[in-house]
Amino acid sequence: MIALLDYDSGNIRSVEKALLKVGAAVRRVRTAEGMVGASGVVLPGVGAFDDCMNALHRQELTEGVCQWIAERRPFLGICVGYQALFERSDEFNSCARGLGIFKGPVIRFQSPPEGPQLKIPQIGWNQIEIDQPDCPLYRGISNKSWFYFVHSFHPQPADSSVIATRTEYGGQFASSVWRDTVFATQFHPEKSQENGLKLLRNFVEIAEAHTAALPPQII
Amino acid sequence: MLARRIIPCLDVHDGKVTRGVQFGRAENGELRCVGDPVELAVRYNEQGADEMVFFDITASAHGRQSMLEVIERAADQCFMPLTVGGGIRTLEDMGQMLRAGADKVSINSSAVTDPDLIRSGAEKYGSQCIVVSIDTKRTAPGKWEVFTAGGRKPTGLQALDWAVRVCKLGAGEIVLNSIDADGTKAGFDLDITRQIADAVGVPVVASGGAGTLDHLAEVLLEGHADAVLAASIFHFGTYTVQQAKEYLRAQGIPVRL
Repeated sequence: MIALLDYDSGNIRSVEKALLKVGAAVRRVRTAEGMVGASGVVLPGVGAFDDCMNALHRQELTEGVCQWIAERRPFLGICVGYQALFERSDEFNSCARGLGIFKGPVIRFQSPPEGPQLKIPQIGWNQIEIDQPDCPLYRGISNKSWFYFVHSFHPQPADSSVIATRTEYGGQFASSVWRDTVFATQFHPEKSQENGLKLLRNFVEIAEAHTAALPPQII
Repeated sequence: MLARRIIPCLDVHDGKVTRGVQFGRAENGELRCVGDPVELAVRYNEQGADEMVFFDITASAHGRQSMLEVIERAADQCFMPLTVGGGIRTLEDMGQMLRAGADKVSINSSAVTDPDLIRSGAEKYGSQCIVVSIDTKRTAPGKWEVFTAGGRKPTGLQALDWAVRVCKLGAGEIVLNSIDADGTKAGFDLDITRQIADAVGVPVVASGGAGTLDHLAEVLLEGHADAVLAASIFHFGTYTVQQAKEYLRAQGIPVRL
């Protein structure tokens, strides 16, 4: 069962439907206790960084998420749910602290000094360059596959070894990261047609395999 | 590299997709019914459409309820970006549509009446999901006026000024509809599209007038649009989305194929 963290994020229904489509059992979860018994946790997100962080704090989900990740259990962050794993955001007036699972800030796209101005937000389909071919999230997904992006900000990991994919938009940025059992994408797999569903199916399989390998007392 | 988007637009009236010419009036029987919105969405999803726009042309309370059901049904079957417009007047209307599965909401008349709705929407849901749709008509040489209420009401606003202003207020995307070109299949209004695309820092979606694949290429290359919206050429089976993309790729335009 996948625990889908519910803090009234706009894309929760789409993420839920996409997980169901790939055969997962899904439970919407508003508290840390709700994560008990899950094989994987998904943190969706859309909109503003501070709204997301404040809601996670209000529902006392931050500690639960940090503990889940510390226990090396499968986790997937999407869009703002990806940004939330970093330390802080440059978003206008942002003062909320990120979860700090990964070191580095969340920064805004910058128009390059030369050439036509970069349209911000980036809206539409862009390609991924897979940095870590052994990342299980991308099993069966080829390099240069298209995914759907809609965002003005993106994380800038301090440790480039966590970057799973890069994408070109006015320069290269980290479009997803992977470390151990933690995966996170700037793009929206739930809106990326076949490629996105494949990625979600991979995550569900990773989570199920992980749970199957755990000694019974931990579940 | 970010692909230019091809977006089929579904004008929904009373739960059915319709198509008119130059903002034809439903009450005058000037619209042709072309099918069920969700069936069409599924078909365009399979053809590789980059996004889908659902536009409620009745824009009534009853229309909004049936639109919510359309969005939910479409989102259950199409794992692709969905935008919804027409009759969205409040933050709560926006929230309902987003929760139903829409990724972006498009506002038009209500943005003119209450420009603060753009700012408050962007603050609450993020700029990336607030689209301002601008209906414009050339009223004199070099002058494009903004119209609201489905093209019925002149506003006195100039399209370029209004586009710049809505971006300052927090709009994350602009859809530019030419009333003169709508449904005529005679080509987009390249002039005002380029002026606005060059003046604003957010993506501009060109709408109104697509009749041939060359029209699509023209507005992307010469009109500097980031995406194109089209209805008639896809609904009536003139071209598939796939054919449109193959043509654009042959013109050197980056598309997702």
